[in-house]
Amino acid sequence: MSQYVIAFVVGGLICVIGQLLMDLTKMTPAHVMSTLVVSGVVLDGFGLYDPLIDFAGAGATVPITSFGHSLYHGAWSEAEAHGLIGIITGIFEVPSAGISAAIVFGFLGSLIFKPKG
Amino acid sequence: MHSASRISRQTWKFQRDIRLLGAGVATGPLEGQGPLAKEFDCVFDDAYAGEESWEKAERKLMEQAVQAAMKKSGVTAEQIDVMLAGDLLNQIITSNYTARDHQFPLLGQFGACSTSMQGLAIASALVDGGFTQYALTGCSSHNSTAERQFRYPTEYGGQKPPYAQWTVTGAGASVVGIGQNGPRVTHATIGKVTDMGIKDPFDMGSAMAPAAADTLVTHFEDLGRTPEDYDLIVTGDLGKVGSAILQDLMKETGYDLSSRYNDCGLMIFSSDQDVFSGGSGCASSAVVVYSHILNALNAGRYQRVFVVATGALFSPVSFQQGESIPCIAHGVVLERVNGI
Repeated sequence: MSQYVIAFVVGGLICVIGQLLMDLTKMTPAHVMSTLVVSGVVLDGFGLYDPLIDFAGAGATVPITSFGHSLYHGAWSEAEAHGLIGIITGIFEVPSAGISAAIVFGFLGSLIFKPKG
Repeated sequence: MHSASRISRQTWKFQRDIRLLGAGVATGPLEGQGPLAKEFDCVFDDAYAGEESWEKAERKLMEQAVQAAMKKSGVTAEQIDVMLAGDLLNQIITSNYTARDHQFPLLGQFGACSTSMQGLAIASALVDGGFTQYALTGCSSHNSTAERQFRYPTEYGGQKPPYAQWTVTGAGASVVGIGQNGPRVTHATIGKVTDMGIKDPFDMGSAMAPAAADTLVTHFEDLGRTPEDYDLIVTGDLGKVGSAILQDLMKETGYDLSSRYNDCGLMIFSSDQDVFSGGSGCASSAVVVYSHILNALNAGRYQRVFVVATGALFSPVSFQQGESIPCIAHGVVLERVNGI
């Protein structure tokens, strides 16, 4: 049970940071999203995001910061295997599931609903 | 230059008996649930208005407003010498298609949300100058097309601050000419572009209030009038935030608008409708003026009304590049002719 509570609190706190950035600064929703993604990359770069996932589980993997974590992991593992070029080839390796899903489900959605809006 | 029509650099006095002969209004569902709904000619209970896109829905709204305006003024499409119309979409496409369908000679207008009074002022001037017998003027906006164009697409689900406004889905059109019916269009005051450096496209009320104040003060000074000379002074779409700022600005310059003042963006929705600071968009002033205010003038509830339509003249590109929002306000005086 405590795992659920921890995931809820940690995930919620990440969202609180996003909401505060929206309410207290002049950042647009796109700025806030990018900031959270980059924060995930930076935290992972300092080796802090994996321990956060161990601690909070879905509370750390569901928010957009985990996308940054995936970007970093993909780039780093490819770089270790193939050198500098791996940073480029690997950056979307881990997050490709999320990106491909967005495109595929976007396409399916456009078949059912009105893509012209 | 000296002429009886030119009161000042910004204020015109129409010499002939120019009348707002008739007007039509069409709206979307949310406006149809508002307090003025029973005065609208056509209310669609669906934001698509039976069309396949919101852009086509907006076109249908303008078409319905134009049809109603011609019918109520007793003027046929062939008698319309010129159409002065505008909207908020790129290249004022809604107006272009509407004029195409009727083969009206078109003078496209862009004054953002001030287009309603810009069109009415120029239409009256063209009739006054004898260039046209009947001029049709109108404008439209649609919440979903405007959101897509100026902010974020609706499906993006971006949050809005409480001072944001709700673009009115609707269209209003009127026929101006020499005739016996309807209130007289007596004066117009053309606004100057005012820019106080506001960059937040959600905060249009604050951005536009100084433009409205500038036009109001100019108008009062040019004609030697005060707010007491009017039964109603109404702005187009300042919302709660902008209206309060305007009243403060006017007090600072010695004009107390107080009980004579209202804002179309506040009139079109009731306070329990979830529209943030109030209505906005080209249609805000057009819908309210061409239904409720026109009816009140015709019924004698008002003798003289000053409509100041406010517009935020920014573009999506200027906003993305961090530029401030230039604003404008055009005013037109409508006066009931007794004995009708």
